[in-house]
Amino acid sequence: MIDKKAIEHIAKLARLQITDAEAAEFSAQMEKILQNFKKIENINTQGVEPMVTPTEIESFWREDQVVQNYKPEDMVANAPDRAGNLFKVPPVV
Amino acid sequence: MDLTFASLSEISEAVKSKKVSAKEVAAHFQKRIESLDPKLNAFTSHNPNALEDAESTDSRIAKGEDVGLLAGVPFGIKEMLCTKDLKTTAGSKILSNFVPPYDSTVVARLKKQGVTVMGKLNQDEFAMGSSNETSFFGAVKNPWDVNRVPGGSSGGSAAAQAARLVAGTIGTDTGGSIRQPASFCGIVGVKPTYGRVSRYGIIAFASSLDQAGPMVSSVKDAALTMEVISGHDPMDSTSSQKLVPAWSQKLSTDVKGVKIGVIKEYMKGGLDADTEKTFSESLNTLKSMGAEIVEVSVSMSEFAVPIYYLIATSEASSNLARYDGVRYGYRAEFSSLAGVELEDFYAKTRGEGFGQEVKRRIMLGTYCLSSGYYDAYYTKAGQVRRMLTEQYLAAFKKCDVILSPVTTSPAFKIGELVSDPLAMYMNDIFTTSTNLAGLPGMSVPFGASHAGLPIGVQVTANHFDEQRMLNVAAALESVSPVKGRKPHVI
Repeated sequence: MIDKKAIEHIAKLARLQITDAEAAEFSAQMEKILQNFKKIENINTQGVEPMVTPTEIESFWREDQVVQNYKPEDMVANAPDRAGNLFKVPPVV
Repeated sequence: MDLTFASLSEISEAVKSKKVSAKEVAAHFQKRIESLDPKLNAFTSHNPNALEDAESTDSRIAKGEDVGLLAGVPFGIKEMLCTKDLKTTAGSKILSNFVPPYDSTVVARLKKQGVTVMGKLNQDEFAMGSSNETSFFGAVKNPWDVNRVPGGSSGGSAAAQAARLVAGTIGTDTGGSIRQPASFCGIVGVKPTYGRVSRYGIIAFASSLDQAGPMVSSVKDAALTMEVISGHDPMDSTSSQKLVPAWSQKLSTDVKGVKIGVIKEYMKGGLDADTEKTFSESLNTLKSMGAEIVEVSVSMSEFAVPIYYLIATSEASSNLARYDGVRYGYRAEFSSLAGVELEDFYAKTRGEGFGQEVKRRIMLGTYCLSSGYYDAYYTKAGQVRRMLTEQYLAAFKKCDVILSPVTTSPAFKIGELVSDPLAMYMNDIFTTSTNLAGLPGMSVPFGASHAGLPIGVQVTANHFDEQRMLNVAAALESVSPVKGRKPHVI
């Protein structure tokens, strides 16, 4: 049952702020969608290895070399807030 | 030469032989974009340096340099693909100011072959949607009827191509996002085998399903573009090392003796009359050209939509965790960061930055991956996915390609399905299996509804067997009853 409490819990896990109106909407819709997902519940999958990638991954190796493709300032250029080449975040301790 | 409707190789040959300059080609399409795009909203941004880029192709030609297979050909690129120094937003507010410092491999390969990037194309936010109504930059209109959707999520690419605002476009396909809009807009769209095309620099939605591909005006153009963008890339560990054939050189419309599979579980009804008619005509046509029709069973395809949404939303919830307002993208406003809890900082930024459909899918995915539900949903979906793939591989022992409709109906009206996500998800019934099994699939225009809307047919082939898929599509294209039709908007 995807009630308001469950929605709040999921939103917290997803680090996603949602409004009361969204919570009500998602709760009704998720209930219906998850009901549809349940179609696969009774399929016998005993002993079947879950598939994570659809075609075989062919391993390849590259030289373990240090290369510098970008300048640090290019890498932080999109930061919403920074101090020099450091990202600014709220205090974490 | 009529530049507007010229093929990719015609443009490239004309540019290389100096019959027309790359700059003139770019200017021609730039004018088309300026006059027609306000009706369609297909472009989100234009490349301010398009003419200069084309000019540099011209000067390379003047110096006698090899400028590649697509010299001076103007392309539009979906917002999912990173383009150096050109905004790449994924159709989202959260990335609305993001300017990548590098090109995705697909774009780098196009540029290497002389393509002029004209701009970025609108899409559903983070490629989540079947109607192109979830973009932060507004809905795209279908050039055949501006009251209808162009399909999603590569709706901007499909609309721009159908209206010939560019000569070629690139889309991405996670559950049908190239094929469905291609069908809705009457163009050719190809999703290559998983691993054929590098995903490096393509904004991740569901990593085990995503694949980029061409959305163009003919099968030959599609084959040529595929040759350019395919091939191993050390930057993507899932990229295949298989050799890339010269598909466009080997195209053949001879289908004598080719076994065309029809999935019997798809024949249960539920199709609108025009779509059903188009599909059955395509089968009859291939039969009359000497192909053999074979019935195959893929019983698990009945579960493709739930498995797809379980896997896609789970992978999306994980991939989209990177949008936290710290390193790039939108950040919610705070009068001061002092005293702000980090978790609240993330939640507020993400709550404001993501749109409704993306939030819904993150919520679904987070739920499916959460403790207590992981095995019942994600693991189970992975198991059924393997069973589905094995059924496909068994089917391809009996046939060479599989033919099916692309969608259950032609383009629907804007706003018609947006409030019913489940109905919208069911729209993907014929396309999602292909992504789950990693198979190549494409849409080729073959019919029209009584209202004149385009209807495509889907050709699916075995892993890495794009040539046979392209050949069957080329055969259909060569006798297509809708050949040469153009949307009203142009």
